[in-house]
Amino acid sequence: MSRQLDTAVDTVGVADATPDEKQPWAELGLKEDEYQRIREILGRRPTQSELAMYSIMWSEHCSYKSSRVHLRQFGEKNVKTPRLLAGIGENAGVVAIDEHIAVTFKVESHNHPSYVEPKQGAATGVGGIIRDIIAMGARPIAVMDSLRFGAIDHPDTARVLPGVVDGVGHYGNCVGLPNIGGETYFDACYQGNPLVNALSVGVMPRSRLQSMQASGVGNVVILLGAKTGRDGIGGVSVLASATFSESGEDDARPSVQVGDPFTEKLLIEVCLELFDAGLVVGVQDLGGAGLTCALSETAAAGDGGMHVDLELVPLRAKGMEPHDILASESQERMLLIVDPAKAEEVLARAHRWGLLATAIGQVTDTGRLVVDFHGQTVVDVPPASLADEGPVYHRPIAEPNDLALIAVDRAETLPRPTTDEEIRQTILDMAASPNLCDKSWITEQYDSSVFGNTVLGAPHDAGVVRLDERTGVGIALSLDGNGRFARLDPYHGAQLALAEAYRNVAVTGATPIAVSDCLNFGSPEDPHVMWQFERAVTGIADGCQKLGIPVTGGNVSFYNQTGREAIHPTPVIGVLGVLDDVARRIPLGLGKTGDTIALIGETREELSGSEWAQVKHGHLGGVPPKVDLDHEMKLAELLARLASTEQLAAAHDLSQGGLAQTLVEAICHSGLGAQVLLPEGADPFTYLFSESSGRVLVVIPRGQELAVRTACEQRGLPITPLGVTDANTDGLHLRDHFDLTQGELEAAWKGRIAARLGE
Amino acid sequence: MSARIGIVTFPGSLDDRDAARAVYLGGAEPVALWHDDAQIHGVDAVWLPGGFSYGDALRCGAIARFSQVMDTVKAAAAEGMPVIGVCNGFQVLCESHLLPGALVRNAHLRYRNRPARLRVETDRTAWTSAFAAGTETVFPAKHGEGRYVADEATLDALEREGRVVFRYLDNPNGSMRDIAGVSNEAGNVVGLMPHPEHAVEALTGPSTDGLGLIASVLAHLSEGASR
Repeated sequence: MSRQLDTAVDTVGVADATPDEKQPWAELGLKEDEYQRIREILGRRPTQSELAMYSIMWSEHCSYKSSRVHLRQFGEKNVKTPRLLAGIGENAGVVAIDEHIAVTFKVESHNHPSYVEPKQGAATGVGGIIRDIIAMGARPIAVMDSLRFGAIDHPDTARVLPGVVDGVGHYGNCVGLPNIGGETYFDACYQGNPLVNALSVGVMPRSRLQSMQASGVGNVVILLGAKTGRDGIGGVSVLASATFSESGEDDARPSVQVGDPFTEKLLIEVCLELFDAGLVVGVQDLGGAGLTCALSETAAAGDGGMHVDLELVPLRAKGMEPHDILASESQERMLLIVDPAKAEEVLARAHRWGLLATAIGQVTDTGRLVVDFHGQTVVDVPPASLADEGPVYHRPIAEPNDLALIAVDRAETLPRPTTDEEIRQTILDMAASPNLCDKSWITEQYDSSVFGNTVLGAPHDAGVVRLDERTGVGIALSLDGNGRFARLDPYHGAQLALAEAYRNVAVTGATPIAVSDCLNFGSPEDPHVMWQFERAVTGIADGCQKLGIPVTGGNVSFYNQTGREAIHPTPVIGVLGVLDDVARRIPLGLGKTGDTIALIGETREELSGSEWAQVKHGHLGGVPPKVDLDHEMKLAELLARLASTEQLAAAHDLSQGGLAQTLVEAICHSGLGAQVLLPEGADPFTYLFSESSGRVLVVIPRGQELAVRTACEQRGLPITPLGVTDANTDGLHLRDHFDLTQGELEAAWKGRIAARLGE
Repeated sequence: MSARIGIVTFPGSLDDRDAARAVYLGGAEPVALWHDDAQIHGVDAVWLPGGFSYGDALRCGAIARFSQVMDTVKAAAAEGMPVIGVCNGFQVLCESHLLPGALVRNAHLRYRNRPARLRVETDRTAWTSAFAAGTETVFPAKHGEGRYVADEATLDALEREGRVVFRYLDNPNGSMRDIAGVSNEAGNVVGLMPHPEHAVEALTGPSTDGLGLIASVLAHLSEGASR
């Protein structure tokens, strides 16, 4: 016998009988024409539950309604490669590594929740991306994080940064995944809108690739994992799709989800066991939009419909109404589609791990997603209308008015240090600056060695993970963005981020093969932001086409703005590379005494958007450095070649802070000294601080100089010998100019984050 | 036939696979044991791996103490079977009263991951017999609750009886008397916070010193067999 229903429950029958009932569509973030379209689709007014579901699935976060018309470029321009086993539209892209192994990876944002509640916001960001990896059939094997905060000395940064780092660390450490790198930047533009982008990567036998389809009439729908509570209700529509008000008085606290990495660890083990035993027909993770999203996406991807009895969902809060249950963003849950003959075994295996598993419905042939609550129908909709047929907007686009003015305000014309002593002091000041200083206060809070396969982690240019102990095959991953360059020129700024991530992977000796991107922007309702977005997407799509590597998936985060002030457009690019044998990776450092230090690539006078302009002048203007993707491809091919022949002892990418910062890092990391002589006629300041793209510092073992030089010349890559590694030199000896001892460099570079946070 | 070393998987164990790799690379045969199974399947020694058993509910290691497998492990340890607990495994051994003292929140209150230099203080345990006392080793230390504490009398007794097995050279967490690992009176049960199983390959670890623990227990077991 079903429970006496609260008369307030809004069923399909009630909706039919009360067509004129006023509904809170505007409060739920829907526009009037969107609400009218829902009524057209259903032929009646939606029930409360249906209205909640449409408002969530048609939100910016879930429907990509503003970005979709631009993101199409990724599909249209993607290179065809037999490596790509699953791409955009799946939970995460899947790329073949060899004939047996595939890798899946994706980067996703959790920006707004991390501002409201830094620890849980960041933690659940990591948890969410891990479930995307599981849903593809893979074992998650590593995470990375790309973080951006406001000014380091702003009081609120002392609240947000430690919380975010604690959240990323706590979740990753407890679920047992090594953090293999990432990036942390500070800029006042992120003050009210910090960026927390998390990447996860997983590995699987190619045969274990899973699908999100709810197919096979009569198959059972099983909810696996945590109980469903009130956490995160409205998170998607309220938090992720609205701009924070300037008053700062919004109380969004209850909308942030709480993570439980212990349950996530059990989810990983149970799901993999079920996949391996062939017990699962379809699988989908529950993330933003919870059951609403998982039910509608699996049903829409399947060949029929679905029937769910919502009262079967295990709850951890009393008095939850159907729309609460459907909208809850409680973490650590997965939806499984299972053959009824195998359902018992699925439940038993989950139970063995102490994980809750409950049959809540089945696949039907009705073509409808029907949800009953204690025998009364509260949802009856075509699933594709939720999942695939949301609104699509062609938002107005307009180039920002100030861009032409900014372009002529070049950093190359700013006053520079001229004497040796001034340049020497500039190196120390730069090394101590928030964006260039040592980040080990952050990275030491992350486990980096669990699984025992981490070959390179932070502070290397890319993380390198072994996949197979027998063959030594492995992957390299880097995650990079540069909001300052993208603010000056979003098309080329996005390509510079792509080039940097690509180069960072190549610097380890890996061959780049795929891309995932996280696009962090302001409000899409602002035509200037939409212009930045269109330019950046086009830049990435064109860049990947040129480089011959596909975009396999990613995420868009809009509304990163407070009032009218948007963040810098910040596309963050993850590049995945493959290494045939991780034992031949190229590390960071200086090799050993007597090795030759050389610079590959060309140094031009390019200071606009640079860290020097920021640190010394608080300046952002001009045009960013030139991008040359042909050059990047030749460089990557060269580095992979020299890694396989073991002709490089070390290598390090040049990026923010230029050659000076690269030398500081190589010296501090290796503990060795460097004797450096700048090329004749070079202006020391420009040579040390320019941020020209496409450059790598290489360390060549004795006896290999000629071979490396020849390899560069054959490819038309300029190489300039700069000096030698010398254990007897204390720090940096810049011949004819000045010395900087190891102690001076370390005193400047190390301990800065803790000191600035008052620890 | 090589020695069989059982590695327990609790819900929330994270380093069970890594311990199995270390055991294998060290020349022994890893055997998977399950928290909810009282059988330890004839293994010669037991390894309690790191992680967050039972989600660290209540206190680290507090629930694992009551698991089925721990009843058997406790009985076997009393009979002299070599048992090692690493990180969370050390916490489980302390909670189970197989080892004295407790592991509490790091003095600096943060999780911290750094390679730790340790001195092997004694070669008179089942897990350190292949080291020379005084040898310096490097294992990754990575934990939030690794500060070893005990009352003064217990600490004095541990020192006096040669039961301080590993000592930090750069104390990373505020542990009393720089203690990183201790043993029971008989020397067959050892617990330590840093991770020897993450120091078994030059490619992935800060050293290969961790293999010394497997070499030690193999020597200890073969000595027992020939006796």
